[in-house]
Order: sequence, then structure tokens, then C-alpha cells
Amino acid sequence: MGKKLLITGNEAVGYGAIYAGCRNYFGYPITPQNEVVEFFARELPKIGGNFVQTESELTSINMLYGAVATGVRAMTSSSSTGFSLMQECIAHMAYCSLPAVIVDVQRGGPGAGSTQTAQMDYAQVTKGGGNGDYYPLVLAPFSVQEIFELIQRAFYLADKYHHPVIVLSDAILGQMMENLELYSINFGPLPAKDWAATGQGERKYRNTVPNIWTFFNNYRDIIVNLGKKYQEITDNEVRFKTYEIEDAEMVIVAYGSSARISLETLRRLRPEGYKVGLIRPITLWPFPTKIIRETSHRVRNFLVVEDSLGQLVEDVEFAVEGRAGVHLLGSLARHLPTSSGMIFPKTVSEEVKNILCHK
Amino acid sequence: MPQIDHPERELLCGGPESYTGLPTMYCPGCHYGTVARVICEAIDELGIKKQAIGVAGVGCHGFMIGTIATDFVFALHGRGPGVATGIKRSQGGKPIVFTIQGDGDLAAIGMGDIINAIGRGEKLTTIFCNNAGYGTTGGQMAPTTLLEQVTTTTPTGRDPQVAGYPIHVAEMLAMLRGTAYSARGALTSRKNYNQTKKFLNLAFQKQMDGIGYGFVEILSACPSTLHMPPNKALKWVEEYMIAEYPLGEFKNVKEIL
Repeated sequence: MGKKLLITGNEAVGYGAIYAGCRNYFGYPITPQNEVVEFFARELPKIGGNFVQTESELTSINMLYGAVATGVRAMTSSSSTGFSLMQECIAHMAYCSLPAVIVDVQRGGPGAGSTQTAQMDYAQVTKGGGNGDYYPLVLAPFSVQEIFELIQRAFYLADKYHHPVIVLSDAILGQMMENLELYSINFGPLPAKDWAATGQGERKYRNTVPNIWTFFNNYRDIIVNLGKKYQEITDNEVRFKTYEIEDAEMVIVAYGSSARISLETLRRLRPEGYKVGLIRPITLWPFPTKIIRETSHRVRNFLVVEDSLGQLVEDVEFAVEGRAGVHLLGSLARHLPTSSGMIFPKTVSEEVKNILCHK
Repeated sequence: MPQIDHPERELLCGGPESYTGLPTMYCPGCHYGTVARVICEAIDELGIKKQAIGVAGVGCHGFMIGTIATDFVFALHGRGPGVATGIKRSQGGKPIVFTIQGDGDLAAIGMGDIINAIGRGEKLTTIFCNNAGYGTTGGQMAPTTLLEQVTTTTPTGRDPQVAGYPIHVAEMLAMLRGTAYSARGALTSRKNYNQTKKFLNLAFQKQMDGIGYGFVEILSACPSTLHMPPNKALKWVEEYMIAEYPLGEFKNVKEIL
């Protein structure tokens, strides 16, 4: 058993990275993820790591690019608007096949929006917010412990596929405190980073990032290899969790803090006899299309709970293919008109009852 | 560079050790091939080929990734100093990291990046290729374009009321505390070439000694932007560019207090 702490989700990001062997962090303060920046500023120097406070998110992501090009584990984090500034380089790292970990602690948008919680970056994160054909792997935790575990998994997946991995958190998850048990997860062996630009040294050949020969001569190979990689990831890395869907008449689909709220809804409604289940995608890309498609053959309705005007709901509709009703409980169901508004289990319960009784 | 092994022949002249042997891909009369050579020679003289990592940016200078035989990372437009910081710091300060940047890359889109890298006290070296225009995209105005100079986006000449003034980067960066060395050279004569190589050696040395940022601006001719034959483009650099951008050292300190 590892050491136990009572800690915020943002600090769990830091512990996850350190337990994954990451010793390089580059970041710029932005609410609501400042605790991540401050954690690394405090903890990395103690263990011989490198922390740099950058002048912008543009530089954060480009320093990360430089660091991972040398083969080390490194990460950055930001929140929605700052994360938007990083898109060009995330796309470039997908092009260069580089392993990088980026955390987006979502806040309200569009644009400067609000500093408080929302889940409005789903489309940007899962469809690739930069230019060109790329999809970053996206992991969506829903508790402090899971943030810690998925950060470790993110580093593993980044190294396994040489591809950017995004961990999608939000202001609620980042700011809330929970118990965290610290331990390292061993995911198994990884390919050697013999492509890294570390200075030629004793190596017989020089390394360039991206590989100079594909860069100058063979663009098609880059596209073909990316396509193969996306297929391999889609075949092997889909992760999700189901809760009481076996006998369910309707199923909620939600990720992140909304999944937490939805799980509480289940806990309240099941004793009352309502047959409601929950599918919680853990990887948002690749999306767990198959389980939702299978479930759509035997339930009449899905309810998507997400704190946006409807982004995740499009992927659910694609999976359901019109076999069942797909309803959305989004940002309009917040309890306040101000930016502090949230979707509470009570509202979700009412919507579930409404659907079960009338649709 | 791979040298032909001929025991009966004596090699009188060849490419620098740090030259890959690939063709430079530049237009006739472009100075960038010479920029690559002078960098290669400086790297050879300092003996840092095996520990150097280059960062090339977006622009014709980016092709030097194929010319200079060190490890290289290709940065996005303007982001060289940030990428170089990531490389240098994550490797515990061990490699010698240099960026090659053009006047669009450094003086326009990446001006904030270079200033903040120097502000952070990075120990890096930047080679700034100033050819008074955007060659790669077909000859548009750069921040370093001279007044009255005709480009495709200043078709009647650069008018300061509309398009502002040329930026003197080497002088400006010399004012920053983190700069250990700042100089401007040209390649229009053997004398200027040798002086530029001396500047480069010193700019690398400041990094190697851990003193601070080393910066060298190199004035270059771009016959395509100027719509001139090579000899006239070279003369233009001598007559107009050097008059606007004086050659020499602007800062050279042994330590930063």
C-alpha cells in the first residue's frame, strides 16, 4: 500500500507525472490549473527536475516539443484558452511522432469565457484542435485517484505510440480534494527512443526531428504511418466503465465531473426502482463506440450529461445510429445563470424520471 | 563530409567536417549556402559537432537542417528559442544548442520568444539570417526591409507611414541583461566572412562557458526578393544594407552581474 494524501485533482496531476518518471515541466499560470504549475515549481527542483515558467502557452508547448525531441518524459498543462494556443504544436508533434503529455483543465468558453467549470473543449480535444489529419489520445478521469493513474497511463501511451496524449480534466476535478493513494504503475516494456536528438555523441548517424528523409522526400509515408497508428490505437486502447447497464431501460453517457454527478444520480434513483445505467468513456479518443452501439440494441433511451451545448452527444448519436432516443442535459441545465452554475444530481434525476415516464 | 580516399592525391581544399555533403537547395547568388558554411566552420573550429543540436525554423534557413551535420530539431515558425530551451534544460545543460532563424522567424512572429529566452537567462546561441525580406514565400516585406525598398507587399517601396521602420535586432538584444554577446556580420568579402566566423566562435563560446546568450546577425543577399542578379544583390548588401545595419560587436561581456 502506498502513502495516502488528501489532495486536489490538480496536485494529483503532479504526483502522477512524478510517479511516471517525468522530470520536466513547462507551464504558464491560468485559472483553474494554477496548482499544477505551483506543484511542479515546488516539487521538481527537490528531485533534480526542470521546471520553467514560460512567457506564454505557445512557449510552454514548444519547450515541451524541444524536451521530448531529446527522448525525455515531459509535460505541460493549461486551461481552455491557453490550451487553444497550443494546438499548432500539438499537431506538429503528431506529425513528428513525438510522445508528449498535455493536461487541459477545462473552464468555460468560448474564448476568454469564464474561469469556472465547463466541459466545452470536448470537440476541440477529441477531433484534433490544430490543422491536418491527427487525433491525440484523450483520457478523461473522474476522480482524484483516477487523475493520478491516468497521468501515469498517459506517459506510457505516449511512449508506446510516439504520439501526443491529452488528459482532459475540468475545474471541478482540478479543485476538489479527495483521498489519493500513491503508487507506481508498471505498464510493461516500451520501444527504445533511438531517434532522439541528444547530440550525435558516439552514435554512427545523426538524428533529426522530424526524420529528415521523410521530411524532404516522402510525405505519403508520414500520412500512411499516421493512419496505421490511428487504427492500432482504435483497436487496442478504447477504455470505458459501465455501471448497472445489464437491466437498464435507459443509460446515461457522461465523462469527467458530469460522470461523477451521473453516478450519484444512479445511487439515488436505483433504490427507488428506476432502471437507469451509466456508460462512462475513459478514452474520449478513441471513443467507446462499440459498447454504446451494443447497448443501443436493448435500451430505448440515452441521456448525455455534459456541461456544454452538446459535443459528446454527437459521438453518442453516431454510435446509436437512430436505434434509440438520444437526449442531452447540457449547460442550460445549470442551477445558476452566472459562471458558477453547475448541473446537480437533482436535475439529472428529474430528467431521467421524465424520460423513463414519458418517452 | 565524406572525403574521397585517394592515397596518391593530396587534398588541398574540401568542405568543412560538419557539412553533410548534400546540395544546399538555394537560389543562385543567395548567401545562405555561405551562412551554412561559416556555421560549419565555426562548429569545426570549436570541435562541438558531436555535442551540438541545431534548431532550424521556418524559412529558407530551415534547409540548413540538411546541410549542417549535427543533430537537428525543426521548430515551428518563430519558436526556435523556446524549443532550444526545452532541449538544453531537459538535457541538464550539456548539449550546445543553437537556433538558426530568418528575419520573419525571429524579428516578426518570434520576436517575443527570443526576448523572453534571453530574459530567462538561457545559455543558447542564435544565428539570425537577415536578408531584408521574405525569400521563401516570394519576396514580401520583413520587419528588416529597408525604407523605400520594393517588395511584393510594398510595391511602391516601404513607406514608414504605412509599414513602419526597419528593426535593428542585434543592437536591441544587446540591451538585454541576459545577452552575453551580440554582433552583426556580413559575407560580402573574405574580410567580412572571417569577421563573421570570429563572431560565431565567440557567440558559441559564451554558451560553452555558461556566461549567457550569444547572438549573431548575418546580413545576407536574397537575389529573388531583390529581383537582381547575384553580383548586383551582393553590391546592394554592401551599399544599402550595411549602411542601415552597421557591422561589429554590440555586446561582449565576460560575466553577467
